[in-house]
Amino acid sequence: MNESCDAPACALPEEDVLAMTDIHVEFPVFRGIAKRKVGTVKAVDGVTLRVKRGETLGLVGESGCGKTTLGRAALRLYEPTSGSVCFEGTDITHLKDRALRPIRRHMALIFQDPSGSLDPRKSAGHIVGEPLRIHKLTSSKADYERRVEELFSLVGLDPCMMDRVPHEFSGGQRQRIGIARALACDPSLIICDEPVSALDVSMQAQIMNLLKDLQAGLGNLAYVFVAHDLSVVRHVSDRVAVMYLGRIVELTSSADLYHDPRHPYTQALLAAVPIPDPYVEQDRDRIYLEGEIPSPLDPPTGCTFHPRCPRAIPACSEEAPELRDIGGGHEVSCLRV
Amino acid sequence: MSRLLEVRDLKVDFYTPNGTVRAVDGVSYTLDEREIVGLVGESGCGKSASQLAVMQLTESPGVIAGGEVLFEGHDLLRFAKNGPEMRAVRGGKIAMIFQEPMTSLNPVLTVGAQLEEAVRTHCPLSKSEAQERAVELLRLVGTPSPETRVKDYPHQFSGGMCQRVMIAMGLSCSPRVLIADEPTTALDVTTQAQVLRLMRNLVEELGTALVVVTHNLGVVARYVHRIYVMYAGRVVESGTTKDIFAHPRHPYTLGLLKSVPRLDERHGSRLIPIEGLPPNLIDMPGTCAFLPRCPNAIDRCREESWPELESVGGGHDVRCYVNLGEAR
Ligand SMILES: Nc1ncnc2c1ncn2[C@@H]1O[C@H](COP(=O)(O)OP(=O)(O)OP(=O)(O)O)[C@@H](O)[C@H]1O
Ligand SMILES: Nc1ncnc2c1ncn2[C@@H]1O[C@H](COP(=O)(O)OP(=O)(O)OP(=O)(O)O)[C@@H](O)[C@H]1O
Ligand code: SF4
Ligand SMILES: [Mg+2]
Ligand SMILES: [Mg+2]
Repeated sequence: MNESCDAPACALPEEDVLAMTDIHVEFPVFRGIAKRKVGTVKAVDGVTLRVKRGETLGLVGESGCGKTTLGRAALRLYEPTSGSVCFEGTDITHLKDRALRPIRRHMALIFQDPSGSLDPRKSAGHIVGEPLRIHKLTSSKADYERRVEELFSLVGLDPCMMDRVPHEFSGGQRQRIGIARALACDPSLIICDEPVSALDVSMQAQIMNLLKDLQAGLGNLAYVFVAHDLSVVRHVSDRVAVMYLGRIVELTSSADLYHDPRHPYTQALLAAVPIPDPYVEQDRDRIYLEGEIPSPLDPPTGCTFHPRCPRAIPACSEEAPELRDIGGGHEVSCLRV
Repeated sequence: MSRLLEVRDLKVDFYTPNGTVRAVDGVSYTLDEREIVGLVGESGCGKSASQLAVMQLTESPGVIAGGEVLFEGHDLLRFAKNGPEMRAVRGGKIAMIFQEPMTSLNPVLTVGAQLEEAVRTHCPLSKSEAQERAVELLRLVGTPSPETRVKDYPHQFSGGMCQRVMIAMGLSCSPRVLIADEPTTALDVTTQAQVLRLMRNLVEELGTALVVVTHNLGVVARYVHRIYVMYAGRVVESGTTKDIFAHPRHPYTLGLLKSVPRLDERHGSRLIPIEGLPPNLIDMPGTCAFLPRCPNAIDRCREESWPELESVGGGHDVRCYVNLGEAR
């Protein structure tokens, strides 16, 4: 479905909504008063990723590993330094703003801090209806109001709260407002960047259930769900990509992620997450990851995980492993797998 | 095991323009030597307010409205807030670690200077002895090459390392009790695991007792011996960790457990959140504060006042008219 005639098409299986190929995103780093450039951060360092229609793909990894950058590059809110982004059969990598706008309508973003992303002076109704106005999607004032009401109900907010301003809502309700706005243009893809990280456990559960219900109800909605909490990501995702220093080190189904993790980093990450059950905890294997994530300004050679890896061999510091399919769509990037 | 700390019927009020908030409403708990106790509950339930009150660190518009904090034969709340006795306890015998490591350290002083200061406030050491102790403390909390790192400034340390420095500072005078308020919330899981394991080892090696304030039920399950579950300023259930997780008897505790995703869950399982929000703590109705959200409420809950905390045996206490354990 090409909405813009000058947009280049790209070969993409019909079942994929998004395909990112060999994406690099680099940020220059400046230091001192003279703002001298001292280096480049490879925030995303060669990521290839597909998102199927209607699925939830989780992106997990420790702070600074490039999750947010990758999510934003998918929407071209950050410009990739190299690589290509295809969305619903269109190569959007080099599209100019005007050509990009009608396509971007079908992609949306939800943030971690609901209050930070909502204009504090505008009413909730105004905020939710904004995309409808920008893209002129409703035919009349009555149609507009009906649609905004519908969006409120869809996310479990009482439409009579439309005139309130954001600070009159709880954190969980503000996140619902953010979700309602994201849904306004019938997106086929929503990038959810830490949407529940700032919420209390019961509110987290409510929002996760809401996201799942919306997906089941709306049919063709895919999520890229970014979070650092592995239990949360595994719960909402069909497949999960584990990132380390700007790269994907493992990508597999949510079931296999827990039952058959192959990358030593994934294994260590899983082991570090405590399970809320003392009987399970007392019998779990302990793998302790020592040291800290290296500076992305000066990443280690070879496999960037090798300085912390319990299974590293000499070759790991020289040769950078490729992400490869070990069967059944389970991808791992490790020389020893 | 001997009793180290006993908090009885602690009350903390905040005077706000909209009325008086009773943030802590009669909290009691005990802590034994070498024990790790967890305080859990949703945001705003009074976890931090109760721990700050134990140290008499409650700040205006808050006041400690009642209770006792029994420690080494004294009621700490009878000491003058800034008197010599309270200062000797605070940071000396009882130390507190706060959630935000970055904001708790002074950015213009080296890590070593701050550690030395902490050491010398409470222990009669010479400058050079304090310097040695600072290096020793950094090594104790697992900082590589502590001799050189003492000369670094906080911004040269990562979040996890700053949190270790805070722990080192808390340990500077070998406290009997360490209170850690969300010690790892700002950290990545692997760092969280390192820091919590460190704290547990210190409890075992140094005989310190630890209070961990957290909303993370996983952390509680892995590291804590006994739990106090708080709701709207009161303890609603307490007991050993295994008992609370295996046989939760308060509807709120059960609700919390059902709303968190577990790493080992079957894929596709559904969470059951607690509906609604915690109450506004101004003008509480007097009935059970969990009543508006409670799926198990009976007529009695609507007619009578908030129930007392009662023992169900085995050191397990519950504040509820419906005994969920028996219903099952
Ligand atoms: N606008 C920017 N300018 C310079 N560097 C940036 C910028 N945005 C991100 N970075 C750097 O790129 C790397 C990846 O950052 P990113 O925010 O994508 O990580 P993340 O995985 O989302 O982390 P978190 O879990 O903390 O949100 C980090 O090293 C970060 O410091
Ligand atoms: N300075 C203050 N002024 C007014 N009310 C306050 C103040 N500090 C705390 N409170 C109130 O006291 C109650 C308890 O707060 P407290 O900080 O102890 O919660 P908590 O359980 O530590 O929550 P969190 O998990 O968010 O840290 C809250 O409902 C809050 O509204
Ligand atoms: S006392 Fe009643 S309302 Fe309160 S938690 Fe128990 S069952 Fe629910
Ligand atoms: Mg991020
Ligand atoms: Mg707190």
